[in-house]
Amino acid sequence: MKAIHIKLFRDIASLKGQAAAIGLVMACGVATFVMSLSLLDSLNGTLNTYYEQNRFAQVFAHLKRAPLNLNERIAQIPGVAHVQTRIVERITLDMPDLREPASGQIISLPPNPREGLNLLYLRAGRFPSGTRSREIMVSQRFAHSHRLEPGDSVQAIMNGRLETLRVVGIALSPEYIYLISPGSIFPDNKRYGIFWMARHEMEAAFDMKGAFNDVTLSLMPGTNESEVITRLDQLTEHYGGLGAYQRDDQLSHKFVANEIHGLRGMTIIVPIIFLGVAAFLLNIVIARIISTQREQIAVLKAMGYRNIEIGLHFYSFVMLITILAVIAGSLFGAWMGRSMTVLYTEYFDFPSLQYTLKPHVLLLGFLVSTASASLGVAHALRVAMRLPPAEAMRPQPPLSFRPTILERLGLHRIVPPPIRMILRQLERQPIKTGLSILGIALATAILVVGSFTQDAVDYFLDLQFNRIQQYDIDVVLAEQTNDTALSTIRHMPGVLAIEPYRSLAVRLRSGHIDRRTGVLGLTQSDGLFQLLSMDGRSITLPENGIILSTRLAEELHVRAGDSVTIDVLEGRRPSLSVQVSGLINDFSGLSAYMNLNRINKLMRQQHTIGGAFLLVDPAYVDALYEELHNTPRVAAVNVKSATEENFRKTIARNLGLVRPFLIGFSVIIAFSVIYNSARISLSERSRDLATLRVLGFTRREVSMIQLGELAILTTIAIPIGLALGHYLSWLTSKSSESELVRIPFIIEPSTFVQAAVIVALASVVSGLVVGRHLDKLDLISVLKSRE
Amino acid sequence: MDTSPVEKVADRTQPVFSARAITKTYQVGELEIHALRGVNLDLFKGEFMVLLGPSGSGKSTLLNILGGLDVPTAGQVNYLDHNLTAYSDSAMTLFRREHVGFVFQFYNLIPNLTARENVALITDITQDPMSPDEALEIVGLRDRINHFPAQLSGGEQQRVAVARAIAKRPDVLLCDEPTGALDSTTGIIVLEAIERVNRQLGTTTAVITHNAAIANMADRVVSMSGGEIAEIHINQNKRPAHEITW
Ligand SMILES: Nc1ncnc2c1ncn2[C@@H]1O[C@H](COP(=O)(O)OP(=O)(O)OP(=O)(O)O)[C@@H](O)[C@H]1O
Ligand SMILES: [Mg+2]
Repeated sequence: MKAIHIKLFRDIASLKGQAAAIGLVMACGVATFVMSLSLLDSLNGTLNTYYEQNRFAQVFAHLKRAPLNLNERIAQIPGVAHVQTRIVERITLDMPDLREPASGQIISLPPNPREGLNLLYLRAGRFPSGTRSREIMVSQRFAHSHRLEPGDSVQAIMNGRLETLRVVGIALSPEYIYLISPGSIFPDNKRYGIFWMARHEMEAAFDMKGAFNDVTLSLMPGTNESEVITRLDQLTEHYGGLGAYQRDDQLSHKFVANEIHGLRGMTIIVPIIFLGVAAFLLNIVIARIISTQREQIAVLKAMGYRNIEIGLHFYSFVMLITILAVIAGSLFGAWMGRSMTVLYTEYFDFPSLQYTLKPHVLLLGFLVSTASASLGVAHALRVAMRLPPAEAMRPQPPLSFRPTILERLGLHRIVPPPIRMILRQLERQPIKTGLSILGIALATAILVVGSFTQDAVDYFLDLQFNRIQQYDIDVVLAEQTNDTALSTIRHMPGVLAIEPYRSLAVRLRSGHIDRRTGVLGLTQSDGLFQLLSMDGRSITLPENGIILSTRLAEELHVRAGDSVTIDVLEGRRPSLSVQVSGLINDFSGLSAYMNLNRINKLMRQQHTIGGAFLLVDPAYVDALYEELHNTPRVAAVNVKSATEENFRKTIARNLGLVRPFLIGFSVIIAFSVIYNSARISLSERSRDLATLRVLGFTRREVSMIQLGELAILTTIAIPIGLALGHYLSWLTSKSSESELVRIPFIIEPSTFVQAAVIVALASVVSGLVVGRHLDKLDLISVLKSRE
Repeated sequence: MDTSPVEKVADRTQPVFSARAITKTYQVGELEIHALRGVNLDLFKGEFMVLLGPSGSGKSTLLNILGGLDVPTAGQVNYLDHNLTAYSDSAMTLFRREHVGFVFQFYNLIPNLTARENVALITDITQDPMSPDEALEIVGLRDRINHFPAQLSGGEQQRVAVARAIAKRPDVLLCDEPTGALDSTTGIIVLEAIERVNRQLGTTTAVITHNAAIANMADRVVSMSGGEIAEIHINQNKRPAHEITW
């Protein structure tokens, strides 16, 4: 090995602590980059293959009932490649392992289920045969959560009739990668499922002979979707069409796409933070090495080493750290990616979600980290390369003296000398000081953002389950029915209060913008469903106006006082212009509320309801469920506590998985920044400190100067970091906004305290580590060496 | 030209370096410092030259310019028949690499390399060098090759620096106060090493010193003052290093 390389390795060895700390930060950047990019690849790849192989439709529409011959007219719409009509109905199941009834949708299968659109992926068993009757297929998650297997039987209510159905197959569908019951905020595999049955049986069970109520289309490449949708809406309007929509608005797809979008953001932002911090640290470390090795550089140049060789010498140092960091980061990133894939399979139902790590991801990770590291040290390397050898042979001129703020304010007389030393040092190198503070602040901010999600979820759960939903049970009725059902339920055991509601499929319009959504009609008679304004006040529904969720108002570009047009997509399909009388605080979906009486008047259907919220006496719950089971008109029973528990369990586990990483990451950043700046100021100041020791200062007093600097940096950085965290959380909350969910911007004071404490601890630990170097300070050799 | 000091040494025929009308000025803020004011000097093949002069008289500046470590503000330096002043920075680097060996007052060894590795720094990049061990043998440090600078005395470190400078078999050896930081006994050991190189390898040698006693070793003694050459004295009575004391 050449002597210059031996020097390189010994240099690295003597700085191994700092090099490792920087490498760790860089490795975190590479790891998050590799993880999110490979995950993105895997998710995208799996999704596209699944959609393609199982021929996921591109346009969807539901309607009340249309004759089969409408099929041909739909097929004639220009651009339509394939039409699949079907029957989709509600089904209620009586599962032995569940007190309340489960519900779901049952979908008709064409005679040959391997043809057409939205092909099922058969996980177990077989498709229903044409001959035997009452055979169904069950969606995988529902089957798993009830341990259903082909050959088992289930009791179900279809179209008001109790039936015994035989499970013959377990299946997955590209339409239900993410399965959530309508109006729900979270998947519940035990209480909601998808079922498939042969078409001729569905026709018989639901009186749909020669008719259909659902249609999906695939399009030829390059077709304008919105034109097809307009045509389709015109065709289905007379048959109770609820408005067609494209794939982007399909619920399951929307959730998957939302996740992919979030990952894409993560691919960029998080690695930038880590690689930026690593680049900064490399910059200060390399700049310091070059300044202490000024004379060595000069002598190498005097001997005939070329500028470029000198540059490469120090660059090799950087590249060695980078390469090791890329290797470690890639391994860690691949491991995290694999674990995250497992996490995704808890939410998303794919035939198989294969984790793939493509070589280009690793290459890109290497290039990005090399580029950022190179950018970080470019200036320092240029200094080394341009250093004129004759001049470098002379001692470095002292930094030009200018009075610090301290002196200008005349405070230097009252501030004790050790603190004066610290403040001067910090002030003389404003960029380095500033960036160190920024680094520590970033670590603090990451912690705040990490816990903010938890705070936001807690707030959301409290709002949703304790303040908005004041009921215990939501009973969904099979169809919009006469409110005699209401008095039936009112007299069931344990019912303390009951409040009816009705939901209406509508299209809300304002100007040229429109959104498909549902309007919930409420009576607010018992206060079981609260509408809360942005400042937490309870809103009373006006006689005529409409209340919108803040997000929906934003989408429609309307404010309270403006008016919107409602196109009802049911019944006699009336249209009406109403005033927006208020906005509510809502974090999921696009919701709208009106007075139930007003809706019924509009629909010319007196006393019609779609369901009811119930307050129940816990002592009578079992008896109540029993009664509800035996009421054919009840389509679904949503138990609030079960939903909440399900939600909390999943979210808590997922946050629990992510949190250690966030804390680990920010501790690594905080430690690395603090440790490196401390080591460098120790190296810059070791002469002064040794001099003080020789003059009789104790080890303790000298340590205080060194640690005092850390304390000052950390003290300044933490409040900045908290503010930055506050801002980044706000940004996260803003950028997470979609039609599906929005993260409320809520940060508990304890989150700030926790972030500050963790960073302060990281600072103390790095202080202790640096303190050990300080104790080893060799007085004689420091004073003898020329600086 | 008739009165210039160069003319007085007419018996020397083969200049390795010839500097003509060299000036060097430094701009420090408002102040213009004239380090060299029109210096003419030849350095002849195989000679041992000593540069004397008070502090700040421009000795180091001149030596650095001759060795291609620095460039003059005006004037011309020739190495044999090459015009050094016209060289680019990289050509200058190559020139140093192939032809010049430097020894500095503060040894300037790389602290985390052993004596042998410090010498190897040079032998790694030059053609046909001696082996590091051979170079260290010449300066009498054969048994210290694996020691780090911190384990060597100042004199030993300076001898490593000499070994490092001569290992490439340079055409010229330029030493800037090689004994400046040493006591007389150690200083003489270092001077003996330099003398041996000059004599055995015929390396053209220039040594800057504040120590007039060292001038006794020289073929020629050049005295500088205020950025100019004050006097050039040919030493008829050259004495070996071991006979010198101070
Ligand atoms: N980089 C520089 N910037 C400004 N002035 C310089 C620089 N280098 C040298 N000088 C000035 O040039 C003059 C000559 O310097 P030089 O180092 O050549 O003197 P010297 O004879 O070697 O002195 P010494 O015996 O003290 O080493 C001095 O006045 C010095 O201050
Ligand atoms: Mg000098």
